[in-house]
Amino acid sequence: MSTTATSRAPAKTKFGGTLYRGREGMWSWVAHRITGVLTFFFLFAHVLDTALVRVSPESYDTVIATYKNPFVNLMEIGLVGAVLYHALNGLRIIAVDFWSRGPRLQRQMLWLIVAVWVVVMVPGAFFMFKHSFEVVFGSK
Amino acid sequence: MTSSPELAPTIIAPRTPQRRTRGRTNTELYAWLFMRVSGILLVVLVLGHLLIMNILDGGVQRINFGFVAGRWASPFWQVWDLLMLWLAQIHGTNGLRTIINDYTRKDQTRFWLKMALYTASALVIALGTLVIFTFDPNIN
Ligand code: HEM
Repeated sequence: MSTTATSRAPAKTKFGGTLYRGREGMWSWVAHRITGVLTFFFLFAHVLDTALVRVSPESYDTVIATYKNPFVNLMEIGLVGAVLYHALNGLRIIAVDFWSRGPRLQRQMLWLIVAVWVVVMVPGAFFMFKHSFEVVFGSK
Repeated sequence: MTSSPELAPTIIAPRTPQRRTRGRTNTELYAWLFMRVSGILLVVLVLGHLLIMNILDGGVQRINFGFVAGRWASPFWQVWDLLMLWLAQIHGTNGLRTIINDYTRKDQTRFWLKMALYTASALVIALGTLVIFTFDPNIN
């Protein structure tokens, strides 16, 4: 039996997908779309809350206090994670479009940005949540 | 396999110049390019903003009216925030326009969703710009 013939068969993947559908290419696009929409709606709210500086220092400080609540702080970390993914994957899209080797390396570039994301988010989440942790667990 | 010529679908050769069915402009090309150019600028503007506001030097806990007043005393940060506002808002609006085009089925729905999007977007840009230019540290 020829081993070379059998090894030519298309690789069956865990998700049963094809080259693009159901695989990294598709899911990275889904995540890019969701994070983009999430960021857009947050930007809307954020311009409104910042606009309170034109009303009075008190009203601004009151609303900004919401962000300092530990639970909201947690959601804020999620939002930073979403924006960071969108930014890194946006650079990947640009590389796929403009770099001659981009399309061939799209999968490797996805895992590269996922690695960068983790490396940035671990210390990032730590520093963002440090104060909330001290509030929740009583040292402050 | 034998196929009758009458039933075979006509497949146009790849890269055959296409006649445009509607529209005579390159608007979509410019929109596509804008997403990429604004994306690169936003990497610096947005990720820099998130790092300064949420992570460095105490993060969100130190933000209040006085903090905003201190930053907007400098034209550098005024220009930074103004650029970030315009680029992110236009980038996000164009992204949402694509998404509306993808998912709406009726012309009416598509039209009104886009009108709502453009109205909200114009209001946010106008309000944000007004706030940056008319900020008064001695409002009280
Ligand atoms: C931080 C740097 C950013 C980069 C590098 C970036 C990059 C990109 C790129 C390359 C696209 C794809 C356009 C296309 O497929 O033709 C895109 C789409 C999009 N972006 Fe961004 N972007 C950034 C920030 C933002 C922000 C701040 C928002 C929200 C206001 C946003 C919202 C969107 C939306 C809604 C889409 C459409 C997604 C889709 O069509 O599936 N992006 N972005």
